[in-house]
Order: sequence, then C-alpha cells, then structure tokens
Amino acid sequence: MAADTLTAQDYIAHHLTNLTLGLHPEHGLTFAHNAEEAAAMGFWALHVDSLLWSFGLGYLAYRFMRGVAQKATAGVPTGAQNFLEWIVDFVNENVRGSFSGKNDLVAPLALTVFVWVFLMNLMDLIPVDLIPYAFAQFMGLFGADPHHVYMRIVPTTDPNITFGMSLSVFLLVLYYSIKIKGVGGFASELTMQPFGKLGMPANLVLEGISLLSKPLSLSLRLFGNLYAGEMIFILIALMYGHNLLLDLSGMTLQLAWAIFHILIITLQAFIFMVLTIVYLDMAHQHH
Amino acid sequence: MNINLTLLVQMIAFGVFVAFCMKYVWPPIMKALEERTAKIAEGLAAAERGKEEQELGEQRALEVMKEAKTNASDIVSQAQKRYNEIVDEAKRDAVAEAERIRTAAQAEIEQEANRAREELRERMAQLAVAAAEKILQKEVDAKAHKDLIESFAKQI
Repeated sequence: MAADTLTAQDYIAHHLTNLTLGLHPEHGLTFAHNAEEAAAMGFWALHVDSLLWSFGLGYLAYRFMRGVAQKATAGVPTGAQNFLEWIVDFVNENVRGSFSGKNDLVAPLALTVFVWVFLMNLMDLIPVDLIPYAFAQFMGLFGADPHHVYMRIVPTTDPNITFGMSLSVFLLVLYYSIKIKGVGGFASELTMQPFGKLGMPANLVLEGISLLSKPLSLSLRLFGNLYAGEMIFILIALMYGHNLLLDLSGMTLQLAWAIFHILIITLQAFIFMVLTIVYLDMAHQHH
Repeated sequence: MNINLTLLVQMIAFGVFVAFCMKYVWPPIMKALEERTAKIAEGLAAAERGKEEQELGEQRALEVMKEAKTNASDIVSQAQKRYNEIVDEAKRDAVAEAERIRTAAQAEIEQEANRAREELRERMAQLAVAAAEKILQKEVDAKAHKDLIESFAKQI
C-alpha cells in the first residue's frame, strides 16, 4: 500500500522502528522522529510502543486470570474457568515433568511466561499495517507527521522485551543457584568440572559460556523467530498495490504464513516456558 | 533495535506480573483444582459405598421375599385346613338337620295316619250302625246301644 509514496526500504525501516521516547542530545526529551534520532538517544530511551503493548497484554491476561481465580469454584467449571484450568493444568504438568525441586514460584512464573509471551506473539497475526497506520493517522490529527509516527505492536520483536524477560529468569537462576548450593557450591560447579581441579580456567570458560548462553539463547530464540516472522509479513505486505496477480498471491501468502505462524507463536511461547522451567530446575540441582 | 531503558522497565514489569500471578492467580486456581480432586474422590468413594449398600439391600430384599413366600404358603395351608374343617362341619350339620327333618316328617306322617285311621274307624262304625239299622229294619236307639256300637267300633 505504501509502495507508491515510499520506497520499499523506507517502508520496512518504518515498520522496524520503535516509538522511542528519550533524551536526544540536541532536542531534549522527545519522541524520536527517525531511527537515527532514536539511536542518538542511547541507553536512556524507552520503546513506548513495546512497553505499552507488553504491559497492556500482561494486564489483560492478569485481569482475566485474576477474575477467574476470584470466582473459581470446586464445582463443575464453566466457560472461562474451564479455559484457564486447561492452561493451568497444561503448565502445571510441564512444571511437574521438568522441575524436580520444590519451589512455589516456578509454576506461576511458567504460567505468566507462557500466557504473556503467547499474547505478545499473537499480536504478530494482526495485519502489519492496520494498527501502525491507524495510529499514524490518529497522531496526524494532532499535527504529527504520519510518516514519522512509529508503532510496533509485537513486543517480542523488540530485543529489549525478550532480553528483559530472559534476564529476569537469569537473575532467578543465579539467585536460586546460590541459595540452594551456596556461594561455594555454585562457584565449584562453575570451576571444578568437567576437567577437575587442574583444568580450572578451562572449566570456568566452558561453564561460564554455558551459563551465559542461557539468557542469551532464551531471548534470542524468541526474538529471532518473531522478528523473522514479522519481517516476512512486512515483505508480503510489500506485494500489495502493484497489480491484481501480486495482490492475489500476496493474499494467499499472507494467509498461509499467518496459519503457519500460529504454530510458531505457540511453540515459541511454549519453548520459552519450558526452558525457564528447565533452567530453574538446573539451578535447584546439586551435582 | 537499540538496547535501552526498555529492558530494565520490562524486567521490572515481568517481576511484578510474576509476583501478582504467584500471589493472586495461582493459589485460588490450584485450591479449586485440589478441592475438586478431593470432591471427585469422595464422590467415587460414595458411589462405591452406595453400590455395596445396594447389594446388601438386594440381598435383604431377597430374604424378605423368601420369608414372605413361606408365610404366604403357611397361611394358604392353614386356610385350606380351616376350609376342610368348615366343609366337614357343614356336612355334619346338614346330615343332622336332614335327620331331624326326616324324624319330624315321620312323626307327622304317623300322626296323620293315626288320625286317618281314627276317622276311618268312626266312619266304619257309622256305616255299621246304618247297616245294622237296615238289617233290623228297626230304628236302633243309638243311645241305648251306645255301648254295643262302641265295642263294635273298637273291634274294627
């Protein structure tokens, strides 16, 4: 749709730029008008769109679950309770299967991760231009230039979001590693294996990498999958507006990719949850 | 694709959501699920007990029916006995009554016969007297020969 007024590069870049609020070295506290401005803001900037969608979806999920939990009865479950119990049972079964220790945090954590990540991924199925375009037009009413209003609605395509969650999980892993094994136990786990005392530096390098790869792989896997998925939706969207044949093939491709993507978003949410459980299980195990 | 403050904010939000889920969502749901598990187990146990009780009840019913059958057959045989007795009694009564009626009838017949005989005797006496009158062609004084007539009549 946008190919007439914008080049394909502009269109893609526009879709991959967050609505960034931050301190610009020259303009002060403001929304970035382009990717360069956003980059110039450095660390002290917020991706308002990612955060708002992430909070909104998290709050929605929490309100729903809280509402059901308040009315939950031991009688015959109906409607929403049935649905939530289905999810809770599913999560609980995974926790029981993968987590051998005893910790009341793990199951609710896994539930939050699964539901939240799934909802954030689900935003990917909304047509790529719909909300950004509507938002740009809406902001245009207030005098903003629609071409420089950014809106990314899939928070999990923002590495800040996925790293934020995986680092939280990583902190929990560190916390429980030290709590369960003690500082010495955890340190010896990092340095005394697999080669024994003499190979201490090599051990530290190997174990250190394996430890650090946990949050990295956790977040990059989710980010990569969703980013690639979104990119393909954007590329398919580029096919529209040229001729009938391209429009039709675009529609077909978009439908096919969306159907396939349902699998990916569910699978990625599931993987994030399972790995969270597994990492925490490893933190609870003595060697 | 800059790493910035968003990351920290998301970490905090993540912690908050997990904490809320852990405090306000998970426990009530798990409680409901556990309660239901207990309820179902209880229900199954109750069903099992009910089944046993039903079996016991069926056994008891069979016993009662058996007893009732025995009772009924007892009652029937007693009734049969009583019936026979009544019939016998009735028969005896009937025979006695018949005997009585017969006796009465016989007595009456005898009485009738005696009366008829008496009447006949008197008539014969009169006829004899009349015949004697005719034979004697003379009026016999009935009064005078009363004794004669009577002795004659008695001889008949």
